[in-house]
Amino acid sequence: MTSPNPLDVRETTALRQGSAQSVPPVVVEARKLSLVYPTADKPVTALSEVDLTIARGDFVSLIGPSGCGKTTLLRVIADLERPTSGHIAIEGMTPEQARLKRLYGYVFQAPALYPWRTVERNVMLPLEIMGLSKADRQQRAREQLERVGLVGFERKFPWQLSGGMQQRVSIARALALQPDLLLMDEPFGALDEITRDHLNLHLTQLWRATGKTCVFVTHSIAEAVFLSTRIVVMSPRPGRILDVIDCNTLPRERTLDIRESPEFAAIAHRVREGLKEGHSYDD
Amino acid sequence: MISRVLPVTVMTLLLLAAWYIGAAWLNWPQAAETLARAGKPTGFGPADFKDVLAQAYAMKRPILPTPGQVVAELWNSLTGYAPTSPRNLLFHTWVTAEAALTGLAMGLLLGILLAAGIVYTRTLEASLLPWVIASQTIPILAIAPMIVVILGNIGLTGLLPKAVICMYLCFFPITVGMVKGLRSADPLWLDLMRTYSASGMRAFWSLRLPASMPFLFASLKVSVAISVVGAIVGELPTGGQAGLGARLLSGSYYGQTVQIWAALIMASLLSVALIAVVRGLELVLLGRAGAR
Repeated sequence: MTSPNPLDVRETTALRQGSAQSVPPVVVEARKLSLVYPTADKPVTALSEVDLTIARGDFVSLIGPSGCGKTTLLRVIADLERPTSGHIAIEGMTPEQARLKRLYGYVFQAPALYPWRTVERNVMLPLEIMGLSKADRQQRAREQLERVGLVGFERKFPWQLSGGMQQRVSIARALALQPDLLLMDEPFGALDEITRDHLNLHLTQLWRATGKTCVFVTHSIAEAVFLSTRIVVMSPRPGRILDVIDCNTLPRERTLDIRESPEFAAIAHRVREGLKEGHSYDD
Repeated sequence: MISRVLPVTVMTLLLLAAWYIGAAWLNWPQAAETLARAGKPTGFGPADFKDVLAQAYAMKRPILPTPGQVVAELWNSLTGYAPTSPRNLLFHTWVTAEAALTGLAMGLLLGILLAAGIVYTRTLEASLLPWVIASQTIPILAIAPMIVVILGNIGLTGLLPKAVICMYLCFFPITVGMVKGLRSADPLWLDLMRTYSASGMRAFWSLRLPASMPFLFASLKVSVAISVVGAIVGELPTGGQAGLGARLLSGSYYGQTVQIWAALIMASLLSVALIAVVRGLELVLLGRAGAR
């Protein structure tokens, strides 16, 4: 994956033309979104009056300390949680309709590979559920494994792979559905920093090549600035949005060098200030 | 290899030694009496001691036969007659194995169905689980003749009543193991199915069932062994026409302790062999994937 292959470029162009013609530019739209968990002693407000718009082709990072509701927000978009109040639309549909139409791919914190399936059969799982023919399944799985640089590992079982490779398999599995929207919940959180840098570079190239809309949950400032076109800073108790930062001072094409640039430092600083503001020192 | 063979060998030799000492001790009074009746001295001299010991190890109906006698009986039975002859223990072993395996298959099916019902339906969990547990508190020796009588009355004899008794014993470990197994899927794995908007059936076949396999095999190893016990118990009230249970029964009628011990050894060999088959299946099916 050092250079995007011709197939990726075609896909990107098709998508851009599409968005110019008919597809609405807003992918996710949330208005006054709240989610309250009833617990034994007192209700916990995981999300409070969240307003968020995510445009097509954006790479949006949700950043904040644990308990700020960033994962909850992602799970609401994916229809894995139901909001208590407010409005949310995915491509103009309810999250449930979007889920039933399999509009998004979801990457969890852990690779969540099925240990009894080989790498290839893990990637083919969503395709089996969609009812694709065996030949189609194999072809798509091969394409996606190629895209994440795991050709030659098709017949391996998950336990035979390193943590970084397992997470790449889970990305390939999410991409196999060919979704326009990719939801990622701290996918590299459990990995060492060197692997993480490598996968971040990989991911930003993949995003540029495919033109997908990405929503990415993280608690690493450097990761958020490096990957995103927009950064959403969140704060806990109750989970709410403090700041939305545009990263348009950074080029769309990201290399590891940009982390040394003053623009990068300026955005990182603003994120850190935002997080500081929302931090309650009493806990 | 040596490190594994050595302790096993030492343990086997110790057991055999204990067995021979026990046989001498238990058979001694009878052996001494036999010799006394034949007018031979049974005092405490070394020569007399040897005579009594030889007699104790060679009696036709000893309290405890020696391993040598049991092996000789097994050998004669297995090699002296055709495998289809009722005098060959293989014939009886097969009759028992057939009932045990049929019952195991029935128990497997019943156990998985019950477990799926319990996992998917909350009311079944509340209403069914107490009965499942209660069923196992009834002594099998008490209920086995009842099953034979009831099924015999509606015209079912032979293999089926025995298989039903095996099923009665087998389904329990399988139900308990599968309830746990079907619930063992990681929450993330279930979330994943939801993001694919997979149906409940699909989640069962592609996720819950494969995830439960390690639990199923653990249960199967228990079930296989108790299935053999069930088949033997099931052969007792039928009057003992064929099967290892029948051999045990006729052996006890005629005081043929050597025959009883030979049948017991065959029964345990049968269980060991069946458990080895389950273990082999487990290795083939789960070996590579389960080695995480």
